[in-house]
Amino acid sequence: MNFYNSVNFPINFNNHQDISESSDIIKHFHTPITTATSVLGIAFNNGVIISADILGSYGSLARFKNFSRILQANKNTLLGVGGDIADFQYLKELIQGKMIGEECLEDDIPLKPASLLCWLTRVMYNRRSKIDPLWNNILVAGIQDGKPYLGFIDKLGTAVEDKLIATGYGAYIAIPLLRDALEKKPDLNKQEAEELMKKCMEILYYRDARSFNKYELAILTTEGTEFKGPIEIKANWSISNDVCGYE
Amino acid sequence: MFRNQYDSDVTVWSPQGRLHQVEYAMEAVKLGSATVGLKNKSHAILVALKRAASELSAYQKKLFPIDDHIGISISGLTADARMLSRYMRTECLNYKFGHDAPLPVNRLLLKLGNKMQVCTQRYDKRPYGVGLLIAGYDGTGPHIYQTCPSANYYDCRAMAIGSRSQSARTYLEKHLDVFPNCTTDELIAHGLRALRDTLPNEVELTVKNVSIGIVGDGTDYKEFEEEETARYLSMIEGEERRGAPPPGSDPVSSDDGPENSPPDPEPTVAMDTE
Amino acid sequence: MILANTESNSSLKSHNTRFNPYDDNGGSIVAIGGDDFVVIASDTRLSTGFSIYSRNQSKLFKLSKKSILGSSGCWCDTLTLTRLLNARMQMYLHEHNKEMNTPALAQMLSTMLYYKRFFPYYVSNILAGIESDGSGWIYSYDPIGNVEKCKFRAGGSSGVLLQPLLDNQIMLSNLQNIDEQPLSLEKAIKIIQDVFTSAAERDIYTGDEIRIMSITADCFKEEKIQMRKD
Repeated sequence: MNFYNSVNFPINFNNHQDISESSDIIKHFHTPITTATSVLGIAFNNGVIISADILGSYGSLARFKNFSRILQANKNTLLGVGGDIADFQYLKELIQGKMIGEECLEDDIPLKPASLLCWLTRVMYNRRSKIDPLWNNILVAGIQDGKPYLGFIDKLGTAVEDKLIATGYGAYIAIPLLRDALEKKPDLNKQEAEELMKKCMEILYYRDARSFNKYELAILTTEGTEFKGPIEIKANWSISNDVCGYE
Repeated sequence: MFRNQYDSDVTVWSPQGRLHQVEYAMEAVKLGSATVGLKNKSHAILVALKRAASELSAYQKKLFPIDDHIGISISGLTADARMLSRYMRTECLNYKFGHDAPLPVNRLLLKLGNKMQVCTQRYDKRPYGVGLLIAGYDGTGPHIYQTCPSANYYDCRAMAIGSRSQSARTYLEKHLDVFPNCTTDELIAHGLRALRDTLPNEVELTVKNVSIGIVGDGTDYKEFEEEETARYLSMIEGEERRGAPPPGSDPVSSDDGPENSPPDPEPTVAMDTE
Repeated sequence: MILANTESNSSLKSHNTRFNPYDDNGGSIVAIGGDDFVVIASDTRLSTGFSIYSRNQSKLFKLSKKSILGSSGCWCDTLTLTRLLNARMQMYLHEHNKEMNTPALAQMLSTMLYYKRFFPYYVSNILAGIESDGSGWIYSYDPIGNVEKCKFRAGGSSGVLLQPLLDNQIMLSNLQNIDEQPLSLEKAIKIIQDVFTSAAERDIYTGDEIRIMSITADCFKEEKIQMRKD
């Protein structure tokens, strides 16, 4: 069903083959298989920082232990993706294809983060409307017209812009920490944002069973992009011996 | 009736390497009334002369809005222009739908150029018989583009097309250096002077036969109402026509009259076109 | 044997949960139309389940100089619907050389919702607009395009909470010995502020901030009022 036709929109955002039509089984059994957990993002005074661990989980099995899921879309946009890894890899191809298309125009007009977010929102919404969603949370971070920009899309095509975003388990564990920090000091600088991010990643590692002790950070400012990692969390489990029920 | 042996179809080459049907289409542009486009550092404007088919009929529209950031003026077959403007509107709308941002002007022209080119290469089509001036504003500033039935398009600092437009181009060329730094009001006055130079002596610019469109930094594309047009017309009222200096600039020699400016080519013999 | 069957069934069932294409992101809308004004307000909280996506997301969309849409429910549907609406408004503007008026817009919205009758936009829409005679009217919709023209309406997550309150405060229903006076814009805004405050006390999906937009013959106004953020 292409409801855009009704209003003369010859839009077709995803040219891929439609697998949902071919089999009911896929429709009914669509569920994430190999997954990645939270992605975190903070917009600070002159840039954005995002981070995600590098684990791909197969159920409770820590299956892929060096799986990077932060992308640089173009010079002013970063993406962090959580959720199903296969869908992520498909999305990555799609986004890279889009970026190559943009580059081929050779007009030096870079796609702005908000435009990419809008486009991805359409992609995600179109797929959910076919009841064949891409099972991902996408975090779009970048610099838009000189200002930090942070946005988020889920598998339905729900799009939100905010100064701080955490997906997956991070929405429960990290968001309160981030909001608290930002309430105390609304205008973080780069160093403070980085420290806050590292603290959140560590706490997530202690609490989220599907998280990992190695993660990546990416910082985008007007000066450029910095990738850090994999950073290893030096966890201290010594207290666990005193926890009742822990063997 | 054929003018020569090699113009029976768009797809037929002449031994000189020319496509006569395409060249005939280029002549259609010169049949339309004149229109002028020019820009300064922040705005692009369009000025057009409207014609009425008869005393009884209304003046034919010359300016069409495409999106908040683009407007066009036309010369040639109005019906063809409407098809092109509909295409451009759809492209802008689709881009806005998918990207939440205005379509960059150069990208619109790339699409338009590709669409128009097809008609110059297929036997079952004919070229669009219309020339466009496209005024737009995007992240890279204001733009004036010109398109031709031959599917060429040009990025211009200023341009005039249509009947007797050579006189307007002469005016624009003479004052090209002042456009980038002049105010938007002055820019419109320059546009009106250029347009006035295309008129026969007995015709005057009036609020009825002039359209002014503007787009730029902080200004969505809009066409002025009659009151505003009247204000701009009053700015150039009473000036000496043809080569008269705009206020504050160097006097221009008065021998640049209509006699001396090159005549517009008449749509007669195909081989004479360029 | 039976046990094994049940087990395999239940494990099958856990895989067989169908993907739910809808979400309830909450949010409330209240709109009031007067003799010479119209005012519409929304909260700015966007939630999913027990977590909050954003505390700063207005659900009002200015579609023309004379009409504003409030849309809450499944946010991805709201985004898509308003995106299409804006495109349709621009197409109308180009085709007719004038903005679409409020009754035409109201009818178009109904048609667009009904077009998706069997896979609806899961949103509660309230359209507030000034009509050709200058009076303010409200059009309220169900998700599949049923439309009712009225003078005041509450919708969204607190819709059922607030509508009786509005009946009482604006229509003065169930009151005796009250001298009825025409509703002013100032009074309408006061009522809106009060009902949102009440809603935020009872409904976890309403809160954070109220955004109010009003249209009169000569001006468009927008204001913000803070609410409880817990």
